Amino acid sequence: MLSRLANPARFMRLSRAVLPVLAGATVAMLALGLYLALFVAPPDYQQGESVRIMFVHVPAAWMALLVYLVVAAASFVALVWRHPLAEIAAQAAAPLGAAFTLVCLATGSLWGRPMWGTWWAWDARMTSVLVLFFLYLGYIALVNAFDDAGRGSRAGSVLALVGVVNLPIIKFSVDWWNTLHQSESVFRAGGPTIDPSMLWPLLVMALGYLLLFAALLLVRMRTALNEARARALMMSAPRRAREAAPAQATAVLR
Amino acid sequence: MRGFLDWAAMGGYAAFVWPAYAVALIVLGGAAAQSWHRYRASRRVLDRLQSSGR
Repeated sequence: MLSRLANPARFMRLSRAVLPVLAGATVAMLALGLYLALFVAPPDYQQGESVRIMFVHVPAAWMALLVYLVVAAASFVALVWRHPLAEIAAQAAAPLGAAFTLVCLATGSLWGRPMWGTWWAWDARMTSVLVLFFLYLGYIALVNAFDDAGRGSRAGSVLALVGVVNLPIIKFSVDWWNTLHQSESVFRAGGPTIDPSMLWPLLVMALGYLLLFAALLLVRMRTALNEARARALMMSAPRRAREAAPAQATAVLR
Repeated sequence: MRGFLDWAAMGGYAAFVWPAYAVALIVLGGAAAQSWHRYRASRRVLDRLQSSGR
């Protein structure tokens, strides 16, 4: 029992110290990334200036996959070892993953229109990323669908693990099927096929997205722990607590 | 001014490039704002509960 409580307490201490640094690094990296993407990177010899969409689109796609891996790994730890922070991490990460996936889909559509002549095609890459978006939404809905929070978490964890089969489908869709989407040009055997003048801005933006995710994940996990703590306090001293924090508390605590 | 307008025109792709950056800013900025807002709210509630005895 003690160790179960000790870990969230240690997490609160550590995350409190790390967060200001993470937030500063996120802002700096995104500012540098935007500067490189909009002013320094050259226009593409075929796509012209439209290639600048790549710098917000590709890192969002990477994050959509990476965050799903985080949700699935945390769900696995939650199911097997019942670590109290694991399901909090999974549930804090999922909406962020959905946001990155949404950015990926929307910016991809805005890039596809001028380059492919269509906003959308039901090809393997786009459809599998759309499925990823619905997996995120399904996970969030399922976790909140039960009156018993523990059952919701477990059901969500199972869904998150089943959904992992979608990740290799997304990754290799451009090789397995004839897609409108181009094939991998950064993480491929034999090195990237993209020029360093565009690769660097892309990597800086990707690092900015990654830092943003890490910072927001910590903020959301701290929120969940605060809310759990407040719920516990309300249980132990119901009347006094309700008098102290009336409308707002009940709103936050559902 | 002329240089800026040229840049903002994005070689004729302004109608696609700027909405793409706007979507990224709105969705990710919105996620950040919502996360922070809810964090502040949870902090406020917890502070009030803890200051009311115990």
